[in-house]
Amino acid sequence: MTTNDQVEQDGEVTRRNFLYVASGVVGTVGMTAAAWPLVDQMNPSADVLALASVEVDLSSISEGQTVKILWRGKPVFIRHRTADEIAKAVADNTSDLKDPQDDELRAERPEWLIMVGVCTHLGCVPLDQRGDFNGWFCPCHGSHYDISGRIRKGPAPRNLEVPKYTFLNDTTVSIG
Amino acid sequence: MGSSNYEPTNKAVKWFEDRLPILGLIHGTLGAGYKAPRNLNYWWNFGSLAGFMLVVQILTGIILVMHYTPHVDLAFRAVEHIMRDVNYGWLVRYTHANGASMFFVIVYIHILRGMYFGSYKSPREVLWFLGLVIYLLMMATGFMGYVLPWGQMSFWGATVITNLFGAFDFYEGMGESILHLLWGGFSVDNPTLQRFFSLHYLLPFVIVGVVILHIWALHLPGSNNPLGIDAKGPGDKIPFHPYYTAKDAFGLSFFILIFAVFIFYLPNIMGHPDNYIEANPMVTPSHIVPEWYYLPFYTILKAVPDKLLGVIAMFASILIFFVLPWLDGSKIRSAKFRPTTAFFFWLFLANTIYLGYLGTKLPDEIMIDMAGGIDALTLGRIGTALYFAYFFLIVPWVSRRETTKPVPTSIAQSVLDARKEG
Repeated sequence: MTTNDQVEQDGEVTRRNFLYVASGVVGTVGMTAAAWPLVDQMNPSADVLALASVEVDLSSISEGQTVKILWRGKPVFIRHRTADEIAKAVADNTSDLKDPQDDELRAERPEWLIMVGVCTHLGCVPLDQRGDFNGWFCPCHGSHYDISGRIRKGPAPRNLEVPKYTFLNDTTVSIG
Repeated sequence: MGSSNYEPTNKAVKWFEDRLPILGLIHGTLGAGYKAPRNLNYWWNFGSLAGFMLVVQILTGIILVMHYTPHVDLAFRAVEHIMRDVNYGWLVRYTHANGASMFFVIVYIHILRGMYFGSYKSPREVLWFLGLVIYLLMMATGFMGYVLPWGQMSFWGATVITNLFGAFDFYEGMGESILHLLWGGFSVDNPTLQRFFSLHYLLPFVIVGVVILHIWALHLPGSNNPLGIDAKGPGDKIPFHPYYTAKDAFGLSFFILIFAVFIFYLPNIMGHPDNYIEANPMVTPSHIVPEWYYLPFYTILKAVPDKLLGVIAMFASILIFFVLPWLDGSKIRSAKFRPTTAFFFWLFLANTIYLGYLGTKLPDEIMIDMAGGIDALTLGRIGTALYFAYFFLIVPWVSRRETTKPVPTSIAQSVLDARKEG
């Protein structure tokens, strides 16, 4: 031992130093690798991930009506907007917006506004045709969204999320 | 824990004790072997009451699990099954549900006792930390327990609270990844319910472990006392058993009377009627409120306009208690001899209760009908400012500046003086 300590004082790396560090590193990597499955099991499982998309028939949704459907355990709002509402939403593009985004980017077809119905504050479901901007209002902590689903007032940080969707034909949309 | 001079007279007991000195450990911790200050008042009853409630919660919880099913399709029905079909199921469930509230009342009084009499001050800082760890574990356990009946408040409470962790969105998608990990899906759903059930069963036993450390840390310096001075000679102390076991038992029977009033006459007063509606992810109740014991912190969350800062303020409002031993620079522990500290302590308590009351209100609800109406949000902001001012300004300043009253030389002396006056 004495000889080893003397060598270390000289700043030289011994074979023993190398073994300490190498076994420590291998042990740490091994422990991390073993811990990962224990953490990752908490992430969404295969069956949850499999429920990725839904198809919705739009023909029964009349103008001025909002329909709620369930997608990935969350409500999705599909609003058939009136011409007035579209005009209002486009006009508001230039208003003072907390999370600026043009209405054209939020609705692929202006008459169909499709959004995840989950408040971006803490996840409640906003109520439609309510609030100061006659769009959506979240009852939990008082966030107001406009008729484009953009946050206008209250604690929510972002606009209501627009999910990925594609129009399969004029009356069917696939969400997800 | 407590070192002991335990000498069993029975030969068989002595044989066992020589091989595992556990009876001596108990004797020195909760028996005659532990010498406690002779002047402890009824505020010192709440530690043992909290211990009692922990046992009640674990016992009733284990029984409830025998009849409950943690699945989104069955959980709500299982709770109704317990209430209607299981023999005395209503009693066990009401005891467990109200027991949680009682546990929090007791622990809040226990914490406030520590604040008033300076029990967090040197040399009891680690004892104080362990108490706060127990409290944090209780908050987590209580929250997850409230989710298990799978009513509307369960579901939406879980949604709001888990979403708090989405505020830690330091790079694109980080908040979302945290939430997916917590939920095991894209929203609060069956995987969430099952993991909450697992943890709700686990954490109470973790609490038991920390309680043992808490008692261990208590017995090194010994209990604090209403005078806040160190117990010195044998004249300052009396054996824990029979003196404080008897006093605690008397206090316990009084507490059980109050507990029984809630269980038998007001079993739902602490709950929310919406939790008797099954969870529905499509409809948010018009007004989400957490359990009463989280309300002051909920108001602090709502008071801050930024999501991340609000969450930080809410966690900070609890974690701040960890640095209290250093914010308070007074040489004297007990607020009995610190009149200004005592005054601000009561102000702090009143403000915190008021913050709790505001937690039940909608942010734009008008509270004071003057000057065009003052809403709950404004008052919540004032209360939040006062809450933090107490810790960052009032305590550090007052504790170092105030004129204190003369402190008695010993516990025995103060008891003798009180007798003369009486």
